Amino acid sequence: MPLIAAFVATIAGWVNKKYCFAVAALGLTGALTSSVGLLSYVLTHGPVQYRLGGWAPPFGIAYQIDPLNALILVVIAAVALLNLLGTQRSVALEFSEKIGAFYTLYLLFVVGMLGIVSTGDAFNLFVLLEIASITGYALIGMGRDRAPLATLNYIFMGTIGASFYLLGVGYLYLITGSLNMADIAAILPQIYASKVVLFAFIFCMAGLFMKMAFFPVHGWLPNAYAYAPSAAAGLIAPLTTKVMVYAMVRIALFVFKPEFTFEQMGIGEPLVWAAVAAIVMGSLLALAQRQLKKMLAYVIVAEVGYMVGGFWLGNRAGISGAVLHIVNDAAMTLVVFMAAGNLFYRLKGDSFGALKGVFREMPVSMAAFVVGALSIIGVPPTCGFFSKWYLISGAIEAGHYGFVAALLFSSLVNAVLFFRIIEIGYFEPFTHANHHGHHQPPVRRFREVPMSMLVPLLVAAGSLILLGVFSGDLVTKVIHLALPGQIT
Amino acid sequence: MHTIFSIKPLIAVLISMLVTPVLVSSKNANIREGWTFTAAALKFAVVLSMLPAVLDHTVLECTLIEVMPGLAIKFRVDPMAMLFALVSSFLWIVTSAYSIGYMRGLDEHSQTRYFCFFALSLSATIGVAFAANLLTLYLFYELLSFATYPLVTHHQDKEARSSGRKYLFYIVGSSIGLALPAMLVTYHLTGTLEFSGQGFMAGAASKSTLAVLLFMFVFGFAKAGIMPFHSWLPAAMVAPTPVSALLHAVAVVKVGVFCILRVVTGVFGVQHLNVIGLGTPLAVVAAVTVITASLIALSQDGLKRRLAFSTIGQLSYIVLGAALLSPKGLIGSMVHIAMHAFGKITLFFCAGAIFVATGVKNISDMVGIGKRMPVTMTVFLIGALSVIGLPPCGGLISKWNLVLGTLEADQFPLLIVLLVSSILNAAYFLPIVYRAFFCTEEESQFENQVKEAPRWCLVPPVITACLSVVLFFYPQPFFNLARMAVRSMGFDV
Repeated sequence: MPLIAAFVATIAGWVNKKYCFAVAALGLTGALTSSVGLLSYVLTHGPVQYRLGGWAPPFGIAYQIDPLNALILVVIAAVALLNLLGTQRSVALEFSEKIGAFYTLYLLFVVGMLGIVSTGDAFNLFVLLEIASITGYALIGMGRDRAPLATLNYIFMGTIGASFYLLGVGYLYLITGSLNMADIAAILPQIYASKVVLFAFIFCMAGLFMKMAFFPVHGWLPNAYAYAPSAAAGLIAPLTTKVMVYAMVRIALFVFKPEFTFEQMGIGEPLVWAAVAAIVMGSLLALAQRQLKKMLAYVIVAEVGYMVGGFWLGNRAGISGAVLHIVNDAAMTLVVFMAAGNLFYRLKGDSFGALKGVFREMPVSMAAFVVGALSIIGVPPTCGFFSKWYLISGAIEAGHYGFVAALLFSSLVNAVLFFRIIEIGYFEPFTHANHHGHHQPPVRRFREVPMSMLVPLLVAAGSLILLGVFSGDLVTKVIHLALPGQIT
Repeated sequence: MHTIFSIKPLIAVLISMLVTPVLVSSKNANIREGWTFTAAALKFAVVLSMLPAVLDHTVLECTLIEVMPGLAIKFRVDPMAMLFALVSSFLWIVTSAYSIGYMRGLDEHSQTRYFCFFALSLSATIGVAFAANLLTLYLFYELLSFATYPLVTHHQDKEARSSGRKYLFYIVGSSIGLALPAMLVTYHLTGTLEFSGQGFMAGAASKSTLAVLLFMFVFGFAKAGIMPFHSWLPAAMVAPTPVSALLHAVAVVKVGVFCILRVVTGVFGVQHLNVIGLGTPLAVVAAVTVITASLIALSQDGLKRRLAFSTIGQLSYIVLGAALLSPKGLIGSMVHIAMHAFGKITLFFCAGAIFVATGVKNISDMVGIGKRMPVTMTVFLIGALSVIGLPPCGGLISKWNLVLGTLEADQFPLLIVLLVSSILNAAYFLPIVYRAFFCTEEESQFENQVKEAPRWCLVPPVITACLSVVLFFYPQPFFNLARMAVRSMGFDV
């Protein structure tokens, strides 16, 4: 299990503070290899189950791996590893004293995330959720100026969200007497009419919505991500919301059955409209920002809307799009946050004013940023285009033109958002034509970040294109395998 | 007509993309330009090497990867693709030579960036030409939009910034806002996006839906400059002149009309459009653009802006020809892609040569310039004749076919539109030449001494002008390709 590798690394990191980067890197490499191995195993042999402590479910805790969460495991491990490698220097710069603590939290956070995805136990999910959240709070709290306040806000919202989820799980336990997801799923259909089941569902969803920052309960996210240290933002921003979306998919499809979720509940339509609101508001709020990271944070709010909306369309194209977007959005958020981290490392600020002339100073980082931006806008062949394609075709299939319009609107707004950055970086300070109309470039030194920060970023940027090109395989060979057959 | 697998289209597309890292790492400017030429020549050679097969009724195909079920990134070389690829890959060679003269003559900054994005743009152009389905087409269309942005805004000053904004706003805005949803709806209705000789939309939806889709495509591909989505083109004239020449007279704008041609012929199908009667509304939209753009061109004093409005008008000729839905109209329309390219690129080259030699941009400052730059202005005359459609230039051939097309389609009003527009074309070009050569000593703004632009700026327009003339006498290469393309649409020509 990737989990164990990560745990070992954590403990080792605790002991030897000097080597904690190496240990962390080793641990995450282990996690990545084993999750890739797991994915290929699951794809050929079907789902596997690991029983913690050898106790058989429904009494013991079981970890259940199917193609879907194996895929997400790979994404988490890859994101965590790339970000770890790419931010070594900025970590050393930002927390010279607290490196050990930072890497410990970092690894624990990854453990939490991996666990949430792989667990087959509804209560265990809560426990891991809290592990991830608490380490997340701590990581963000280590950031600059207003970080403590942002963290406090996050803690309030996060705790409320977690409590809702716990309440939902409690109701489920009350009525089914079980915490194992598969077990609950088997028992539930007989009692779908019960009010308790209804409330359990509502509480679980409400809790997860808060955790994933689904508009209008997104308030904690922008500040938390904007003030977090670069290395933490590059980890938390791509993963948290996406993993929460996955948890929603898991609960809604595999604990409750699709018939219940989509037909009996009848909340699909309003939720898609809420997603439309999330997309539109997220985009507009992003437009109002004057700080790079804050802008990116609002983009995430809009992206959460993509995934939630796509999922609640309730058809195959929409759900595939949502799941594909979990993968893609994690990758593209990683790229833009890492690039932003690199800029921050050199420029010591991320207000738009600080970005003047940055193309000339840091062309490689900016090139990666542009690839990320194109993916978020949704330009082929980057991956963002393909998930958007599925989402939009799902929406057309479902006849939900509001969602189509929202997605297109958001693409256009994203184009404006990112080209505003690109314009500032590219044009300012303005060149001055001399008497003969010759233009001289602004005088700026070339001062790219060190290779160790560039290479992981470029790998991540390259993966956006690979993910795009191979998205056909990803959807037909992985995602469709995992979706329940009754979804058409 | 049979189909074979070939990797050549892929190579043709990739050559200029792969050369960019080499360009970046080149030690000095001469080596860098050497590589540009090598890539350009290779690209043209690869395109040319496919010509015999295409003329032999073979279609070359290359499927890269299936990105979505039933939807692949796929290249396909048919006669229409061949025609466009030949024109643009050949003119890249000429323009590269011209770029050297222009960029060095003006001592411009960031030349490496310039040549890299130029190469990238050409990759995208050929990608559009060889695209076998709408998805691939869209992919390269967008790539072209973004790759040309740094070229348009090369000067990096305030004017470049606002023009760049306008450029992207129109082009990306319309493609994401109109063309992309149209493509999705098309896919949803028919389950395919693969171009075919007869189109694949027949019976897929009601007439009104199809009409909406057609116009979403036509306006969505804003590079074609159909009014009211045209104003990015005059704005893009802030770019260095070689960019305006190749991209905004040949590659970018022709990609726009090429996309529309593909949609009309490969998606909707000419016969089907005839049945549902959508040709006429499209022709009317194009006709309005033809006349309006020509009228606006009359009032422009900036030479490049006048050329830009002229381009807008000429692009709509091509759309109009396609909208006639008659064989002659279609042939005229496709051949006009080539003829106008040679004519207009000559004119842009001349405008740039004048700027390099004298620093003058406005027509009102060009009185008497014929005495200072006789070769340039003679060449300018030839280019102008070609665009107007007078002998002995290639433009006549395509316009002749367009006129025949209007008769074939019984569209008498459109015939008048074409003729009026030709008169307007003459009215905005010929006075420039006249004033350049015929003026009194006092009126002349230049000394009576021959001083031409540097050789690198002078030879390319001479070449393209000569070719314009050659194409009048020998238009067969393009003509045959166009005829084959029209035949594959089920016409008997």
